[in-house]
Amino acid sequence: MTAPAIIPARGPADRLTALFWRRPRLLLALLLTPPLLWLGLVYLGSLAALLLQSFYSIDEFSGRVVPEFTLKTYAELLRPSNYDVIIRTVLMSAAVTIGCAILAFPIAYFAARYARGRWKAIFYLGVMLPLWSSYLVKVYAWKLILAKEGIITWVASATHTTPVLDAILALPIIGGNSLSTSYLGMFAVFVYVWIPYMILPMQAALERVPTSMLEASADLGATRAQTFRTVILPLALPGIIAGSIFTFSLTMGDYIIPQIVGNSANFIGMAVYQLQGTAGNIPLAAAFAVVPIVIMLIYLTLAKRAGAFDAL
Amino acid sequence: MRSDRASPLLKITATLGLLFLHVPILLIFLYAFTTEERTYQFPPPGLTTQWFAAAWARPDIWEALALSLKVALIATFLAMILGTLVSAAMSRAKFFGREQITLLILLPIALPGVITGISLRSAFGLMDIPFSTWTIILGHATFCIVIVYNNAVARFRRLSGGVMEASADLGANAFQSFWYILLPNLGTALLAGGMLAFALSFDEVIVTTFTAGQQATLPIWMLEELIRPRQRPVTNVVAMVVFAATVVPILLAFYLTRNGSETAGAGK
Repeated sequence: MTAPAIIPARGPADRLTALFWRRPRLLLALLLTPPLLWLGLVYLGSLAALLLQSFYSIDEFSGRVVPEFTLKTYAELLRPSNYDVIIRTVLMSAAVTIGCAILAFPIAYFAARYARGRWKAIFYLGVMLPLWSSYLVKVYAWKLILAKEGIITWVASATHTTPVLDAILALPIIGGNSLSTSYLGMFAVFVYVWIPYMILPMQAALERVPTSMLEASADLGATRAQTFRTVILPLALPGIIAGSIFTFSLTMGDYIIPQIVGNSANFIGMAVYQLQGTAGNIPLAAAFAVVPIVIMLIYLTLAKRAGAFDAL
Repeated sequence: MRSDRASPLLKITATLGLLFLHVPILLIFLYAFTTEERTYQFPPPGLTTQWFAAAWARPDIWEALALSLKVALIATFLAMILGTLVSAAMSRAKFFGREQITLLILLPIALPGVITGISLRSAFGLMDIPFSTWTIILGHATFCIVIVYNNAVARFRRLSGGVMEASADLGANAFQSFWYILLPNLGTALLAGGMLAFALSFDEVIVTTFTAGQQATLPIWMLEELIRPRQRPVTNVVAMVVFAATVVPILLAFYLTRNGSETAGAGK
């Protein structure tokens, strides 16, 4: 009756199983080693290589990289032409983030509170598909839309609003020769491409706003606007911040959109690409790449304090 | 006053917002049929299907397509193995450094692509690794791991630990339990993760420009055409192919996981 309930080992697979059972850490280590080796070597190794190179400098005469520790390359970032690039990028990222937040709200709010059944699925897929589908195709679509001979000009002339379009294009700084060569056009493309990243976390946060709170607010006599300002917005804020992490970071690192749409003003991503490519100045490119990392680290710390990670 | 019906204004803005997300893509399709080769004139002066034949006859497009497929398939395969391993480990136990590992997995997509790209490039440069198809795959697999991981870890969480214990009680060894119990349960989540990883890799352009050297994947080919256009409608035909190659796997991934709490793609 007291026969041990141990099944005899029949082969190496069973012996291994017993070993894993006795030493669960061994299995854990076996599972973790390949992916950690990959991410640690390939990814962290590369990041370290980047950081290392940013402390090198380039010899001005020979154009060769001098592998000696120096802060000279970082000091170069403060030159007016380089500093402008950083400021321009940060301002554009902030504008895009705000634009995304405003445009995303009605979609997220409707999907979170009113869409049911089939419509819920349609809204979900409707946001998911643009999120995952080809980035370059989307940018290309906007090149077609914004072109001088494109659909916007046609719509403006068909609705007799060409003067309005011209007035907008005549605005200083954000205007330009045509939409496809102005900051305004670039802004539109950025907002279009990154807005799904704002909608999803925003919707997730709005879904967690209890209906009872909205009822309570209405019972206490608040108008729709008051309820929105004092109840919905504060409760949705972590979701908005979570979304803003994506829109801000993605805009800051992008170099394709400023290359294709806009007035060929330089952005951080473009500077990195051009410096490492045609200019061959890897140290300065690396130093430029460290800027978004530092900004994002600060941003993430602030976002963490605002409780944004609970909304992810 | 608050009612359970959306105000007409909200309904209209939400619908307009959804249209805003989708109408631009339709224009790509329209312009693939235009007879105007040099500008983006709207409305198109005439419609033709000649560009499909023109695209078909271009060997550079076929080469780029073949390279993109090869890269996406191998990168997805690698990411599926690595992502599954790490999600199995993460769902299994709490251990020291768990949070740090999660951060490490997320980092390749949390940081802007240009940083991943320049890092890999400077690492290849320091180690004198020449650019090849494998350097592209290396970059793609790195940011695809998180996609597979996200899908698999959600399924692991839902899967009760009891089934594995029951399997062991009935005398199955670890490998049998894996093959007969774990894999069938994980199957659709892994497949969905793989589909999304494929879609992501197939149209990735930012990291690829840093790791490709002289080779062109389909998105790189498109990027070159965008900067220096030759036959514009042919680019539209290619854009349609890229779009289809990403949308079909995404829809499949959604279909595979539609009944779960962890519908694919909720987090990119």
